Formats: sequence, structure tokens, C-alpha cells
Amino acid sequence: MTWETVMGLEVHVELATKSKIFCSCTTEFGGEANTHCCPICTGMPGTLPVLNEKVLEFALKAGIALNCDITRYNKFDRKNYFYPDLPKAYQISQLYFPFAKNGKVEITTKSGEKKTIGIHEIHMEEDAGKLIHSPFGDATYADYNRCGVPLIEIVSEPDFRGSDEVIAYLEQVKSTLEYLGVSDCKMQEGSMRADVNLSVRPVGSKEFGTRTEMKNINSFKAIEHAIEFETKRQIELLESGGRVVQQTRRWDDNKSKSYAMRSKENAQDYRYFPEPDIPPISVSEERLAALKAEQPELAGPKKLRYIEQFGLSDYHASIITLNKNIARIFEQTAELCGEPKEVCNWIIGNAMYLINERSMELGDVSLSPRVFAEFIKAITSGKINKSVGKTLFEVIFDSDDSFDIDKYIADNQLAVIDDDGAIYEVVQAIISANPQSVEQYKEGKTKVMAFFVGQCMRQLKGKANPDKVNKIIVEELAKQ
Amino acid sequence: MRDILKMTAIEVGEAIRKGEITSVEATSALLDAIEAADSEINAYITVCREAALEQAKKVQKLIESGELSGPLAGVPIAIKDNICTKGVKTSCASKILGDFKPPYDATVITRLEEAGMVVVGKLNMDEFAMGSTTETSFYGATKNPWDKNKVPGGSSGGAAAAVAAGEAFCALGSDTGGSIRQPASYCGVTGFKPTYGTVSRYGLIAYASSLDQIGPVARDVRDCAAIMDIIKGKDCMDGTSIELEEQNESYLQMLSGDVSKLRVALPKECFGEGVDDEVRSSVLLMAEELKKQGAEVTEISLPFIKYVIPTYYIMATAEASSNLSRFDGVKYGFRATEYDGLRDLYEATRSEGFGEEVKKRILLGTFVLSSGYYDAYYKKALQVKSIIKEQFDSIFEQYDVIICPTAPATAPTIGESLSDSLKMYLSDIFTVSPNIAGLPALSVPCGFDRSGMPIGAQIIGPRLGERNVLGAGYAYQQVTDFHKRNAAERSETK
Repeated sequence: MTWETVMGLEVHVELATKSKIFCSCTTEFGGEANTHCCPICTGMPGTLPVLNEKVLEFALKAGIALNCDITRYNKFDRKNYFYPDLPKAYQISQLYFPFAKNGKVEITTKSGEKKTIGIHEIHMEEDAGKLIHSPFGDATYADYNRCGVPLIEIVSEPDFRGSDEVIAYLEQVKSTLEYLGVSDCKMQEGSMRADVNLSVRPVGSKEFGTRTEMKNINSFKAIEHAIEFETKRQIELLESGGRVVQQTRRWDDNKSKSYAMRSKENAQDYRYFPEPDIPPISVSEERLAALKAEQPELAGPKKLRYIEQFGLSDYHASIITLNKNIARIFEQTAELCGEPKEVCNWIIGNAMYLINERSMELGDVSLSPRVFAEFIKAITSGKINKSVGKTLFEVIFDSDDSFDIDKYIADNQLAVIDDDGAIYEVVQAIISANPQSVEQYKEGKTKVMAFFVGQCMRQLKGKANPDKVNKIIVEELAKQ
Repeated sequence: MRDILKMTAIEVGEAIRKGEITSVEATSALLDAIEAADSEINAYITVCREAALEQAKKVQKLIESGELSGPLAGVPIAIKDNICTKGVKTSCASKILGDFKPPYDATVITRLEEAGMVVVGKLNMDEFAMGSTTETSFYGATKNPWDKNKVPGGSSGGAAAAVAAGEAFCALGSDTGGSIRQPASYCGVTGFKPTYGTVSRYGLIAYASSLDQIGPVARDVRDCAAIMDIIKGKDCMDGTSIELEEQNESYLQMLSGDVSKLRVALPKECFGEGVDDEVRSSVLLMAEELKKQGAEVTEISLPFIKYVIPTYYIMATAEASSNLSRFDGVKYGFRATEYDGLRDLYEATRSEGFGEEVKKRILLGTFVLSSGYYDAYYKKALQVKSIIKEQFDSIFEQYDVIICPTAPATAPTIGESLSDSLKMYLSDIFTVSPNIAGLPALSVPCGFDRSGMPIGAQIIGPRLGERNVLGAGYAYQQVTDFHKRNAAERSETK
């Protein structure tokens, strides 16, 4: 039997407001345990939550950009459960009247087709603290720094059929929220986390299978692995005559396995009810219109503009525009040096390589457009050649805006050798040292040319123009 | 000179401003009175002698230098023990809070201190304000100063008893379903629950957040109005507090004593079966008195009254079950000494730390919010709430105030209510509806029963109708002296 995987996503995104959702504590990541909290976010008796207006603004911007209907009156609810990282023993969230509903995100599937993923709703909520289990003895410590950090939870419809769609959707959502400036969406720091609801069914079936929910997935790679693992697990279970139990599973990325956490029978009853401490929030038409007007250019329209304005290919333009920071670096550099395609090639060929190699967040790239533009000029003017450029790019990738590229080239003698005399000298020396290869050349084995060029370039430390070197070698060999 | 302890709060303030007495003298006289009487009454959980005298000294200087000139500057006040006081134990009369000392003041405390009032101590109450008798306190029951075999009412029983016994000029209580008005009625003092949102709840340890309001307990309506002037108004720390239009107007200044043309409604359901004859006749006499002064009195019907008790207990206990979940032994207060693992830590701490009445209400509240029951109970209660609100609205289109008994009977004997909690819940019948609808309501003394126990009348107004509610009570107190009778003297002669 052929099976189809059906998935829905719950994506938690931390909003990038300076202060927490219900108090004025900082949301800064890290910090010594329990230094970013106060009586309000630690739920001390008698304290009350007051909604941070900025959180609502950021949430609304996200809702608008993800094409949602914005609820005119939204309300908070309490989700009750006991756990030491939740000092009030309830999380303030939105169940009955979330602020946004019925959104959609357009993605491109593996096969290049456009597909629309529905968003069921988006709601605001507060984050919980963190428990640290002592490696010695049986003590557990609580750190409340994260308590009250604002989150939005984006709940999709069960529209995904493959992990490529899931990743494309996550990239799209991440890109949009980064452009809006409402979240930095760093999976490694936990500011974007995804739970995957997954079931399988025979192809052609209209009914949904029993689903499981996988939590604790914190990278795109891990999501791919988790989906692959869970799909396989469910299919094997069904094909061997078993049945899938509705349960929550925890993904362990180190072991590439998921483990059952709790089943539906043991599911908690959260006893949701309307939060009496926070009055309902009304969102006016005027406010919505103003927020819409403020919306920055997102990846989609920017891509079209780059194709039009800079002549990039559709494929290159999608890569360059996916991330706000990369697009900014590209556009500023292209404007400074006037060589957009060259800039694009260096970003896609070299910057992306370094980013992947170092597992960096695209948003953390701090390459200076001014330095980058001078680098491009040095390349296009022939001042340095491409192989030197490759090494130099790594240097400018890590440098700051004050970097003096001309000085660096001079200090390290990286400039292309213009002195033909020096090249002749090297070429002649190599030819006389390799009579055998000269013979082969004469016999018509032109492949040895590569050997000569390689030897000469090594001697010249890569700084000569390879075309010129090539020409001089041919010229000298002809004299033999 | 007159006996300081017999003065109203405003009279004490006046005497201090005129230099007849100092804040330190008033505070010290009060502290001595507490020391003399409280072993018997048990109105206080904590008395802050040193801190109060220190504060009185500071305030006295500010009064002398002219920096403080408000009507209650220098006047001592006592605070119900569910209102947070920085560095001073705030227990909610529960074992579970242990010696919890909040590192912050409630907004009302900050405002009282800015007005120059001196906090002398923390008052006894029903545990977590759950009860109508102040018998559920972990710190022992408070006695009614009029008859020490009787309860003072609750949950602000400590506040009402302290004012009645001359152990406080005035106090702050909290009212979720009658917790200020009912004890005020039982103890023959004046108590006021403001419109929901008028007074900040920041720092009030929540029982039922959508019903709780802080309000004054004092010897008369003028004192209540003066305290309201200090504590009322929007607070950025409480999202449910409201901007008052007459923000800068003073309730005290608004008291005119003129009730001519005041449209008074008497709901017939509040004067029928289940209401003691003496209570009924005293409250009707009060209506007569207002009529004599020019008010128009009309009988009306409150058909929803039979639904208010279940509605109230569903809403209040549901919210309480959530509000009280934070008392889990993890961060502060009491923690059971023996437990095995996290779940057991919660169970043992909460089983040992909460009293019976609190546990009963947490269970009830947890039940009504449970999946499968939410729609039948909590959701239905919210629907009834909106109907009650609508019906009040339509009544207040035609009338300015509603007058009825605060409680169906006078104070019961200690021990009587605990054996029959349903009877105790039913005694809240007249006080809970203003909380459900968020309306202002006042209790004023209006007579005594044949055994000499005080009777209280309740005046309810529309949302933000403080002016007429307090005005009617003030007009009544201008021509009666029930609020001036003295519990201590009566107790002695008995």
C-alpha cells in the first residue's frame, strides 16, 4: 500500500519586544538565572498582568502579513496546570478569541509547484521559565528569566504532505517575521520552535489517520529527520497490523528518535477559562489600516523587484531575498559598486558556504556593504584575481566596516602581478625544469598545459592573471 | 480633650491639622487600645507598633511643614491581611502563606501612605476571604465586639470588628460577595464596596479577580468617602482599573445630605420569606426616613435574585481554583516537610496548607471548569451574569438606588455556620449581586435587634453611581445615630 503523510504545524515564535508581555522586565536572552524577572512575571501573590502594547502591535503585524483575519475583539484565557517552571500555575494564552484567524502562506514545493498552506489561527501567550536539573544529587533549580517572554503560536491547517513543504513553510514564515522585525526567529536560541502533528493514511483516503504530536524540535534538519522517523514508525506500525496511539512524543535529536511523552488518555485537562485580569482588546479599523500601511517590503515583492531592477534570475532572487539581512547586504552593496550579479554570485557561492559551514543564522551576518563593494571593485577591475578573492572574501566576511581593503591587499601583496617580466622569468624556469612535459606537449598532449599553468600559478602565489600566464606559456613553449 | 478613640477618622485628621493632637499620639492611643482589647477580639494578625510610630513621626513633620494637608493625614488605618504590605507579613489568614513578606506594596497602600495615613497592622479575615464569619482563619476566629459569642461576619471580619471595638478608626477590606458590607452590618459600622475597577487591585491577593474590590470600613459614610478619595482612580498596574470621569472630584465634597427627588427602589424579594422581622422593619424604617426627606420610594421586583447564589459560587470558585494554584510550596510560604517527588510536594503542601473551606471551594471551582462541565456551569454562569447586569441596568434607568437588607439576619453565634455551609452561602444572597454586576454598594447601620445586635441596610447604585449611594447613606446618618452607638459600652453593660 502507498501511504500519504498528513501534517499540521504549531509554530511558537518569540516576539522581539524589549520588555515582557505583562511586565517591564527585559526579554534579553541569557543573563544570570533569575535576574530578568520581577514579582509580576514570577506570579507573586497580588500582582497583576498588564498587556504590553508593543506585543499586541507586533502580533498584529504578523497576523496581517500572514494574511489573517484580525479579530476585532480578542481576549486572553488561562491555561491551568502545575509545573515548577510556571509560577502562577497557569499560562496566560488565548483559546476562545485568538487575535488572528484564517491566514495563508504560499510556498513552492519540491516539484516547483505553488501551494497554499492555511493558517487556522495565531494567538498570543507568555513563555514559561526553565528548569535546570542538577547533575549532582536530585536537586532541580528554576530560572524564571524566560517567564513572560511574549510568544505567538501560529497554528496551521493540516495541509502539509511532505517535509519539503514543512521546511518551505517555515522558511517563509521566518522570512516574513524577520522582515517585519517582530522576531529574530532563531531556532538555536529557541525563539522559533515547531511542534509537528503527523498522521499517515492510504493514498486516496479522505479520512485522517490517528495523529501524534512531536515536540522539542529546534532546527530545520531535526524537523526533517523527525518527520522521516515518525512517518516510518507509523507506517511500519500500521503495516504490521498495529494501530497508532494518539500521543505526544518528544524528539531527541542526538539519538534521532522520538519517545512517547503522554497519551491522550492521560492528557491534561487545562481548565481554560477567560482571564479576568486582562480586559478584552479591541482592534479598530483605523489601527489595522495604519499597520498595513507601515508594512515593509516582504520577500515576495522584493524578489520580483530584484529580478526587474538587478536582472537576477528567479532562483537567485529567491535565495537573496529570503532573509532580510542578506537582502539588505546585497542591495546596499549592489548600489555602491554597480555590479549586482557579481555581488549575488559572491553571496550565493561564498557567503552561503561560510554560513552553512559555521551553522550561522542569516540574520547574524555582519558583512559591511561598503567593504564588500570595494572587494567587488577589486575583483572586477582585475586588481586581484578570483582565487585570491576567495581567500580575501573570508577575511572581509569577518571584518567590520572600518576594514581597509586596499591596505590589506598591499600589506599582504595580494595584487595581481602586472610585471610581465616576472611572469616570463617564472615560466621559463618551469619549462627548463620539466623537459619531459615539454616533449609531451610537442607530441600534442595539450593536457600538460594545465600542469604548466598550475606550477606557474603556485610559483606566483596565485597573484597573476591566469589568462596572461596561459598566453606566456604557449608563447614560450612555441620557442622550444 | 475628647477621647481620641471615639473620634471618626476625619475628626482625628482635623485634630491633628489643628495641632490639638499629633499623629504619634493618635497612633499610640490606638496601639494601646489594640493591646488592651485584641486578646479578646482577635481582630489583628499582625500589629506594626514600631513601624507605625516611626511613620507617624515622619508624617507629623510633613503635616507641620505643610507638605501634607489632606483630611486623613496622620490618621492611623488598619489593613485586611490579603492586601500586600512591603516587608510586613501578608498571610490571607492562611497557613500556606507562612510568614510571606511581600517585597512590594499594594497600590492602595502606596496611595494611603502618600496621603499621610499610618498603617498600624494587618487584620484577621476568613482564609483567602472565603467565608462569611471570619471563623476559617488559620489565626483563630475574630469575635463580634457587640457580643463575643457571635461572629463579626466575614470575610473582612477583622476590619469590621476592629472599627466597632475601637481598635481602628478605619480600615481597608476587600469585598468579593459581601465581604465588606456583611461584616459592617454585623458589627454596626459603615462599609463600602466601590464600582468594579474604581480601586486598583494591584497587591490584593486575589480570591475571584472579576468580583474582588478593595473598599473602606469606617465609623460613618464621611470617613468612607474620604478614604475612597485617597485610594480610587486608574492604576497602570491594574488593567481592569478604570479612568474615572470625576477623577479629580472628591466623593467627600459631593456629600450633600440632600435626597429630595432621589428615586429609591425597594425589591420585594428582599423583604419576604427568610428575612428576620426585625431586619425587615429596620430597613423599611430607613426607607421611610429617606422618604421624609423627600425621596421617592417605590417597590420593585428583582426576579433574578434566586439565581445569584449559584452564579456567584460558580464564578468565584472557578476563578479561585486558578488564582490559588500558585500556592504550591515551590517559591514561598509553607512547604510540607515530607514528600516524595514533585506531585507529592504539591499534594502534601496544599493538603496541609489550606483549610477546609478553601479546599472545598478549590474543588468546586476545579470541577466547574473541567472539560465536559465548563459549558454547563461556568459558561452558563457567565450568561446569567450578563442577564443580571442587563436587569440592573433597566432598573437603574428608573431609579437612583436600591435599598435592601445587607444580610437576612443579624450575626450568628460562633460555630453555627461552619456546621451548615449552605446556610452560610445563602446568607450572602443580598450582597453578591452588586459584585456580579460590578456595582457600588454601601452598608450602613440602621437599627438593632431585640438582643442588641446591629442591623445593616444596603444601598446599591448603578455603575459609577458612587455619588448617590454615598449621598443616601450620608443623608441617613445625618438624622440617625445608629452608627454612633458604641459596642464597647454596650458590651460592658450587658
